Amino acid sequence: MRADLLADPVDGLDEALAAVIGVDQALAAGLVRPQAAQAAGLAVLADAFSASPLAGRVAEAAEKAAAGAAGEEHFLSLAAARIALFGSVHDALTARIEQATGHPRVEPGVVLPGGGQADSGGAPPIAGQTEPAASGPAPHTPQAENLVLAARSWLADVARAGWQGIDHELVAGAASVISALLPVPHLRRLAALLDGFAAELAASCPGSALERIPARRWGDLWSRALLLTLPGATDVPTSTVTGRLLPLGVDLHEHATAAQAQVHAVFEPADGTPFLVRASVSAPKPDTVIGAGIWQVLRPHMSLLAAVSEGRSMELTAMPITAEGDLLWRDEHAKPGEPADPFATARVVLPAASRPQTAPLDRHPARLAVPVFLEGYVAEQSPEDGLAFTLAGHRIAVDTDRVPAAGPLTPEAVAGSTACIGLVRWDAGTFRVQPLAVETTARKKTVALHAGAWAGGAVDKIGVKAEKAATDAATVLRERAGRLLRK
Amino acid sequence: MSDWEIASTARVLPPARPRKLAKVPFVELADGRLQGVVSSGSDIERVYVSSVAAGTYDFACSTNNNRPCGGARGTFCNHISALITEAVLQYGVGRVARYLRVDAEVVDAQAIYAFMMGERPSQADSAAAAQVFSRFLRHLAYVELPPTTSPVPELQWFPPTRAVV
Repeated sequence: MRADLLADPVDGLDEALAAVIGVDQALAAGLVRPQAAQAAGLAVLADAFSASPLAGRVAEAAEKAAAGAAGEEHFLSLAAARIALFGSVHDALTARIEQATGHPRVEPGVVLPGGGQADSGGAPPIAGQTEPAASGPAPHTPQAENLVLAARSWLADVARAGWQGIDHELVAGAASVISALLPVPHLRRLAALLDGFAAELAASCPGSALERIPARRWGDLWSRALLLTLPGATDVPTSTVTGRLLPLGVDLHEHATAAQAQVHAVFEPADGTPFLVRASVSAPKPDTVIGAGIWQVLRPHMSLLAAVSEGRSMELTAMPITAEGDLLWRDEHAKPGEPADPFATARVVLPAASRPQTAPLDRHPARLAVPVFLEGYVAEQSPEDGLAFTLAGHRIAVDTDRVPAAGPLTPEAVAGSTACIGLVRWDAGTFRVQPLAVETTARKKTVALHAGAWAGGAVDKIGVKAEKAATDAATVLRERAGRLLRK
Repeated sequence: MSDWEIASTARVLPPARPRKLAKVPFVELADGRLQGVVSSGSDIERVYVSSVAAGTYDFACSTNNNRPCGGARGTFCNHISALITEAVLQYGVGRVARYLRVDAEVVDAQAIYAFMMGERPSQADSAAAAQVFSRFLRHLAYVELPPTTSPVPELQWFPPTRAVV
């Protein structure tokens, strides 16, 4: 990898982000009685779109919002414009990462190799308790439509109040909508997002007392939630693939009441060149289920997590997959394969693996997570900048904060490592590597430590203890739910 | 602007910390109160719904069948004491003290308890109990929501964190 390319400025980035800052400042103060500074920020946004197909809609939305007269359709236009800006940022950053890592890209419009035809009918339902994946056109029942409209109306109220105007009553308005959204499988994305977002807003009330505002973040969450209220926003075409899956590592996501494990892997189709894929499993959870408890919640619903912990490949047969390389996991389409060392995969197969295109709505820098293999670096810890790897004289920041606490990989191990499988990410103007696994030397032997080692079940002493505590917590919650919920 | 203000993955909430749930299955800092549910030691069907208001420290404790708690007459009962202890475990002493507006040099759950009692709080009516209990049931319902293997790209905005926010 060429770390020097990740340190170079990206053309046009500052200009695109200046327009984002305009919207974010307007959202901070709220859009009931906008001041001149907010109107100016919105005008910057409208200017940025003046030569685009969205020009008319964005100009109208900016004008209405600046006059304190924006309706839901105008907020939708502002959100769409903000997301489109990040789409362009995403594309520029992706091009830079491709230069740095040398991953070829699957050309747009090319059906993924592996034999399957595009299948718009959706994947077959999954066995057991897990809900069918939300692929193919989602059912649009009147009840679901009302829920989505209620979510949109709450998001519009939030924009009018602004981050500085939020109070407990406004934020509490989301609770009933979220409770009703969560059980609907095809609305899970909106539900999980609103749930995490509302919890942050609730903990930040009253907004008038906030000393600082996470303006970029809340602008992201707000605009994304609004777009997810549009019909068809999450529909994706799917096909199927057959071949061998070689896991690289596990990336964990969590807020107080949801968690997702995402396995990054190289897929070798029976008939074609290897490409990068992801397999995800997520679930809502009570906020007291944490650490090893999260693995316990997710583990029964994806056999791949056990394969990852055992260091195995998996053989997939007609596994559903989206055009952007997300496997829609079904245990019945997978069986355990031969042992496969992720570091061997990273050294040998990863460099030739291509990268599927990102879906239009998902083109956002926060969504960038490109697997890389690094070695021959010098790890340096500095008090100001944290940990960095220096590669051929160029520093790349290392994000150890994303390494889950429930696993054997620690920031100390990363600092003492000699090789690393990681994800290249970008946030707040900087590329960083998030370690998924490292090789270190202990007693003259090379030892591999994986962030997701406990995903399929912990076997080491500390892990077993953590599993026990998590089991106890889950038992109490299930007992209390069984006794009290159906009264 | 600081990096935090322009970070999509800025950490806003610190991660919850592990605690045993047997005695106090639910505790939260919400609705301007420290509130939660304490399992009865003697009757497995019974729980106590307890709360202390931020700032005034007005307190209430009653059963899920809306019977007043015998211990909470003029003083914090054992359930409220347990609630404070578990809240400190889950959220950390600093966050609990800030939320309740306890300005003393707080070092632990006991100090928070003593400070609030020293302000001679009055007993609130049990109006909040129904709301707290329904929030507890909503919380429990998360145990039964089905997982999905469809990706949720939105959760990319919610990385784990080891740091204290």
